[in-house]
Amino acid sequence: MISDKMIKVGMADLNTATNGEVLKTTGLGSCVGLSLYDPKQRIAGLAHVMLPSSSIAREVPINVAKYADTAIPELIERMLAHGASIRSIEAKMAGGAQMFTLPGQTDSLRIGPRNVESCLLMLEQYNIPLISQDTGGNFGRTIEVSSENGILTIRSVQKGIKEI
Amino acid sequence: MTNFNRFEAFEYDVLKEIGNIGAGNAATALSTLLNKPVDMSVPSVRLLPFEQVAERVGGFEQIVIAVFLRVEGDTPSNMFFIMQEHYAHQLMNQLLPGEHINDGTYTELEMSMLCEIGNILAGSYLSSLADFTKLQMQPSVPVVAHDMAGAILSYGIMQYGEMGDSALLIETSFLEDCQTLEGHFFLIPDPNSFETIFRALGVGLDDK
Repeated sequence: MISDKMIKVGMADLNTATNGEVLKTTGLGSCVGLSLYDPKQRIAGLAHVMLPSSSIAREVPINVAKYADTAIPELIERMLAHGASIRSIEAKMAGGAQMFTLPGQTDSLRIGPRNVESCLLMLEQYNIPLISQDTGGNFGRTIEVSSENGILTIRSVQKGIKEI
Repeated sequence: MTNFNRFEAFEYDVLKEIGNIGAGNAATALSTLLNKPVDMSVPSVRLLPFEQVAERVGGFEQIVIAVFLRVEGDTPSNMFFIMQEHYAHQLMNQLLPGEHINDGTYTELEMSMLCEIGNILAGSYLSSLADFTKLQMQPSVPVVAHDMAGAILSYGIMQYGEMGDSALLIETSFLEDCQTLEGHFFLIPDPNSFETIFRALGVGLDDK
């Protein structure tokens, strides 16, 4: 039962995939694409995280997929609902670039690195190992994760295609 | 806090006029630079869901050349001048004839030239706007990128993230032969800047 179905994950969005489906998110700049994978059950999850923490949210209700500290718990929950086991989930991530660097830039604009840090912190809390990452730099990335094997494919303008 | 969802039609018109004045002056500057006429589109001012911010330049994955300036002063904003690649090639062929090889890559000199064009155009956009509104607008040094439109524009809308899932963009495009969209200006005022812009133009927000 292998399907080639592609599921698109938008900005500040998350989703899960099974049965060989592929999750894709495009144009990651300072946003982080965090993928979770249960290799035993072949269940994949992908979140397109935009901001590090929901503590700054001024929206009601908040979009949980947008913030690292709310998106990761939500994604884990959804994967567990599909039958994944928390002990076998592994994480990979890409993105978190600093697209533009201006002289004298304040810390609040370093969103990319802060998104990465925040994601790492959440993974630690859930004891989920981060098995590989391609983060930072100053370029955009489009990523895909396959629920068949958990491979994360990263495409960028300057560096071509890479699998982690 | 300004509520964008509740902007009235005339408030959108005020923002359109801003796009019109700014880009009109920039078009004149570009026309002088290229020594030929440059047309522009009617400005579009829309509250766009994040997924659609890159729509006008060909989608999230479209590869573009973008010049970015951070505007400080009375109305902190992000400013982008975004070119399709073929338009960037055309500009280079006109300004550096015979130098450019069209292979999808750019030398440091070419990137620096495109950055300077963006700087000149954005500068004339902002200075006409500052004259018109009597507001202080100080652009940062320009930075240039050759990358995916989504990755670039999402950088400019981060501040909208904490308050919702859409951003307000003031967009004006340059046209070639009155039809193809070639160069795009995006002025993205920080969410807190609208009140200042409206006040400066005599539109009150008191009864909101």
